[in-house]
Amino acid sequence: MEETQSFRFFNRGPGPAARLVFFVLLSLLLLFVDARYRYLESVRSAVSIFTYPLQRLVAAPGALWQQADSFFTLQGNLLLDNTRMRQQHTIDAVQLQQLQVLQAENQHLRDLLALQQRTAFPMQPAEIVYVERDIFKRKLFLDKGAQANVQAGQVVMDDIGVVGQVTRVYPWLSEVTLITDKDHSVPVQVLRNGLRTVVFGSGDTGDLALRYIPDSADIQEGDMLVTSGIDGTYPPGLPVAKVGHIERDPAYPFARIQCFPVAGVDRHRQLLILSGLPKLPERPEAVVETGADKPKRGRGRKP
Amino acid sequence: MNDFPKDQEFLLPASNVFIALSLLAALLLNWLPWHGILLALHPDFVALVLLYWCTHKPYRVGIGMAWMIGIFADVADASLFGQHALAYTVLAFGGVVLNRRMQMFDLRQQTLQVFPVLLLAYVVYTLIHWQLHGYVAWTYFLGSVTSALLWIPLTLLLQNMRLPRPDPDDL
Repeated sequence: MEETQSFRFFNRGPGPAARLVFFVLLSLLLLFVDARYRYLESVRSAVSIFTYPLQRLVAAPGALWQQADSFFTLQGNLLLDNTRMRQQHTIDAVQLQQLQVLQAENQHLRDLLALQQRTAFPMQPAEIVYVERDIFKRKLFLDKGAQANVQAGQVVMDDIGVVGQVTRVYPWLSEVTLITDKDHSVPVQVLRNGLRTVVFGSGDTGDLALRYIPDSADIQEGDMLVTSGIDGTYPPGLPVAKVGHIERDPAYPFARIQCFPVAGVDRHRQLLILSGLPKLPERPEAVVETGADKPKRGRGRKP
Repeated sequence: MNDFPKDQEFLLPASNVFIALSLLAALLLNWLPWHGILLALHPDFVALVLLYWCTHKPYRVGIGMAWMIGIFADVADASLFGQHALAYTVLAFGGVVLNRRMQMFDLRQQTLQVFPVLLLAYVVYTLIHWQLHGYVAWTYFLGSVTSALLWIPLTLLLQNMRLPRPDPDDL
């Protein structure tokens, strides 16, 4: 390039090195602004209006294939499914009757104790449009966005448990960070004894980790972890994970605990977005941030 | 392949539409839903096509164009604004610098020249990620190898598409 720069007959604008410096600085500026201040969400959703149809187009063959696949499902499979579901239904119906009794009893007890009522949360179904294309991230895109009143911070679950949390909302899409994402954490409680803790993603699809649990803590393999509802982001009592493997090494102050998500974090196509969480009173200003669901390093989720 | 540098002057001038369509196709290929091991191995088509145009038509597709496409990739990928843009800027610079040198090499030698540039772009992307999140997925770098391996087929494809069509009324 040196010769062209010294023998330039036609003005081509600044040389490549100058351009490189300019665009590198511009990118770094954007990175900094986006990571620190998140001012650019409106720009992002504006650009997404152009990219969204293209992304849908790319996803179309896969969707078509799935539709064709479900169309040609064997009748045997359907029959099998039907019997299984009927059995499940009978079991569920019995349990539901007990549940009604329990609900009434619970209501009564809560009335007695004057505790705040637990309400059922409105939820809307949404479909996964794309999965993550980046090996670093555990994210999904759902086909409901700001148009369907989805808000950042809402919880996404399947029929069994928590799958993730809406972290960014586009006009027709919303981005869900899965609970297995490395940067994601969920405030939970051990169902057996009510021990409060936080479960972190590990970056793998099938893994969660409980960190900072002392060796002596009362936690066993097979324990169920449900959301505690502390922090007001997650509604209480949703199943999150099951404790899988505990390693108590006296050399370390904390036990190493591996958990498995109960929900099909990497399995389903249809998910539910919960909305209408109970409003908690404002958290008093604290000097040191100790929130359980604290966003890490500027990639935070909720306002 | 051996007389490739000589027949380059018989290539049709690349039209803007052709360049835009090739870049669009590369973006679409990148946005395909890749899974599992394929996700680790999948080549960065946009980087490849950008590099092709930057080495062959450096005054048409340059650093500014690469940056713009990077921004689109960032939005589609939900990565931070500027992450892809920075990587593609560095890549385009490498391509512009390589422009003269590439014409002296055959395709196999070109692959060796292209690989470090691609790797550099991957390193830039990973560095940003590491800076923000504090960890690195090493399998990600496999993509730079598959991308470099795709250089020969991609160049042949694009060169072929730029060859003048034989006129049926010629004889």
